[in-house]
Amino acid sequence: MNKTVNPNELKPVDDNGPLYAARKKVYPQSVSGTFRRIKWGLMAICLGVYYFLPFVRWNRGLGAPSQAVLIDLPNSRFYFFFIELWPQEVYYFTGLLIVAAVALFLMNSVGGRIWCGYLCPQTVWTDLFYAVERLIEGDRRERMKKDKSSDPLKLERISEIVLKHSIWLMIAWWTGGAWVLYFNDAPTLVKELVTFQGPMIAYIWIGILTATTYILAGYMREQVCTYMCPWPRIQAALTDEWALNVTYRYDRGEKRTSVKKAAELRALGEQVGDCVDCYQCVAVCPTGIDIRNGPQMECIQCGLCIDACDNVMAKIGRPKRLIGYDNDINIHRRQEGKAPIYRIVRARTIVYSAIIAAIGGFMVYTLATRSLLDVNVLHDRNPVAVKLSDGSIRNAYTVRLLNKSGYDRAIAIDVEGPVNPTMHVVGVDSVTPDRPIIVIPRDSTSELRLLVTAPAENNPEKSIPVRFHVMDIGLGVAASATDNFVAP
Amino acid sequence: MTDHHSDIDSVSGKSTTGHEWDGIKELNTPLPRWWVICFYLTIVWSIGYWVVYPAWPLVSSNTTGMFGYSSRADVAVELANLEKIRGDKMTALGAASLADIEKDPALLALARAKGKTVFGDNCAPCHGSGAAGAKGYPNLNDDDWLWGGTLDQIMQTIQFGARSGHAKTHEGQMLAFGKDGVLKGDEIVTVANYVRSLSGLSTRQGFDKAKGEKIFAENCVACHGDGGKGNQEMGAPNLTDKIWLYGSDEASLIETISQGRAGVMPAWEGRLDPATIKAMAVYVHSLGGGK
Repeated sequence: MNKTVNPNELKPVDDNGPLYAARKKVYPQSVSGTFRRIKWGLMAICLGVYYFLPFVRWNRGLGAPSQAVLIDLPNSRFYFFFIELWPQEVYYFTGLLIVAAVALFLMNSVGGRIWCGYLCPQTVWTDLFYAVERLIEGDRRERMKKDKSSDPLKLERISEIVLKHSIWLMIAWWTGGAWVLYFNDAPTLVKELVTFQGPMIAYIWIGILTATTYILAGYMREQVCTYMCPWPRIQAALTDEWALNVTYRYDRGEKRTSVKKAAELRALGEQVGDCVDCYQCVAVCPTGIDIRNGPQMECIQCGLCIDACDNVMAKIGRPKRLIGYDNDINIHRRQEGKAPIYRIVRARTIVYSAIIAAIGGFMVYTLATRSLLDVNVLHDRNPVAVKLSDGSIRNAYTVRLLNKSGYDRAIAIDVEGPVNPTMHVVGVDSVTPDRPIIVIPRDSTSELRLLVTAPAENNPEKSIPVRFHVMDIGLGVAASATDNFVAP
Repeated sequence: MTDHHSDIDSVSGKSTTGHEWDGIKELNTPLPRWWVICFYLTIVWSIGYWVVYPAWPLVSSNTTGMFGYSSRADVAVELANLEKIRGDKMTALGAASLADIEKDPALLALARAKGKTVFGDNCAPCHGSGAAGAKGYPNLNDDDWLWGGTLDQIMQTIQFGARSGHAKTHEGQMLAFGKDGVLKGDEIVTVANYVRSLSGLSTRQGFDKAKGEKIFAENCVACHGDGGKGNQEMGAPNLTDKIWLYGSDEASLIETISQGRAGVMPAWEGRLDPATIKAMAVYVHSLGGGK
């Protein structure tokens, strides 16, 4: 439903006007109802996880960090409960990002901007900051009155403002504080931070995140969603006609009229809309829009207007969900007297679900079957092969052994390729002459220089594949890597 | 230019910018105030940059900025810090014996890393970046050593060089048997074929092995030893193996015997500090040919 403008009433824009659009401050009113409860619940879960996850312990044995979720930058390790990731396994994060992106698409095709309305950090923290503001300064009308008041600042008002900003800053500070706890042992770091012994970088990051939280959730609010976030633009291209969005059912609402007039007209048996033009949906909207103007880029689809409208409908004795999760197809179907249909399962959602299942399944599979012992081999490039005095050929390799497990391992190396090769590891005394055995400390890597020599009588004439097998001599866990053995 | 400000969108009531693509017109929507302020701040910030940092190119130099900042000076500081950090480790390297360095994985890794860098700077011009050598410049990856391939021998060669003029340098050279008139042409050809036969290479038809052996015994054994096994005291190569510094074909051998050979390796003592020479010895030894 677009507003139509009479061209005769249009005035040219004032060329001498300001270059910028002044912000219209939004004063969302408090509201209660289903979606408000969902939002409180999700906020509690999200913030609870974010603030307290670093304190969850996970026993990994002596010498290993006992924090369940830890990003250990100095040692290049990522710990997530029973999973420990090494730098060369960051592709798991790539997979996670792909799954997250497709999950966003899926949410979008099922229920619109669920992410924006309920889960986005900007929404969660702004909601929290609004709650604090309401608690201290009162609801919409009071806040508007206080802001407009030209009285000199009274002590009461000043204390309100100071209190509000103090609480905001405390929340912001805790938000920054929780962030740094993911990068170091949380209890230790907390102790260091409060005794001013913490690393400078931690204080810097707490400062940055305190500032961004305070500014973004306290001041920028809906401006972030409207001007800074790319998602509203992207999601508009991803949505389709079947996606359920927070929708004003204009088929039911129009023509708008007052409660009294509606009752009179209904008594005469006339068709009137349910919308009584009470502006409750506008009053509660955190981005300050009128949902009755149809889908808008600014709408984060938090559902609060649904709650507001439902409350009004209940009061005037009309059915709920004049505003609800719906789409234009169903509005038209209702206008034609047909029953609405909802298609959650359709090609788009099936494809998205399949992608999530496939990538997620593959990630779980590789994570479950990944080896905790690994070997990488790099052939010497210069020279690629060396002829020895007895005519035999030797190739040199840089072998990197990775022991990802939590205990030291004795590793035997075998080579397969040239006939009857001899092997020598520089700097390592082998237990058996042809089979070097190396001890690799737990959770570490060892780089070795490995020389493979093919005797003169078995010199390969050209490049042949060579395979290195490494085996934990105690447990028999094996890994292997392939390279080439080159003749000069 | 058209007077685009009078062009007003009939649906929204807003003026358009006058730009039109495929019938779609762009609304003239002003930016929020904070956004515009941020934009101006970035411009002010960039002017600050011009003043504070070296920025503008002049004819032969550039503006130097206010605080004398220079990335070159920063690099110098970083390098000095690096030397400081490595100081202890290099001291440990200097104090440890060569054999102990090879046994300690941490010291071995340090020596190999240090040795590789210094090798690239100082040795690669002759021996090649991978130490594979070239004609006249030994391959340090193989197991054939003119002056010995133990850790100590390698270190000695690096320190004092060969025919370098240093008081402790390796001495000994291949005489020019042809040029000096010691051997005649056909004798040189015969002994060259004899030398080829020592390492199992083919010989010229009608070659008199007994005569070759006799010439070899009279002229070459003093340095190359009985049977041509070589002598590392004098830097005389082993003639029975498969590795040839100056080539094994008949023409090359004839040239070697006629003209003589005396390759020079400079002494590195004084040019590189002792810990670095040690690191280099370990590095060369670990290439694989070390005894």
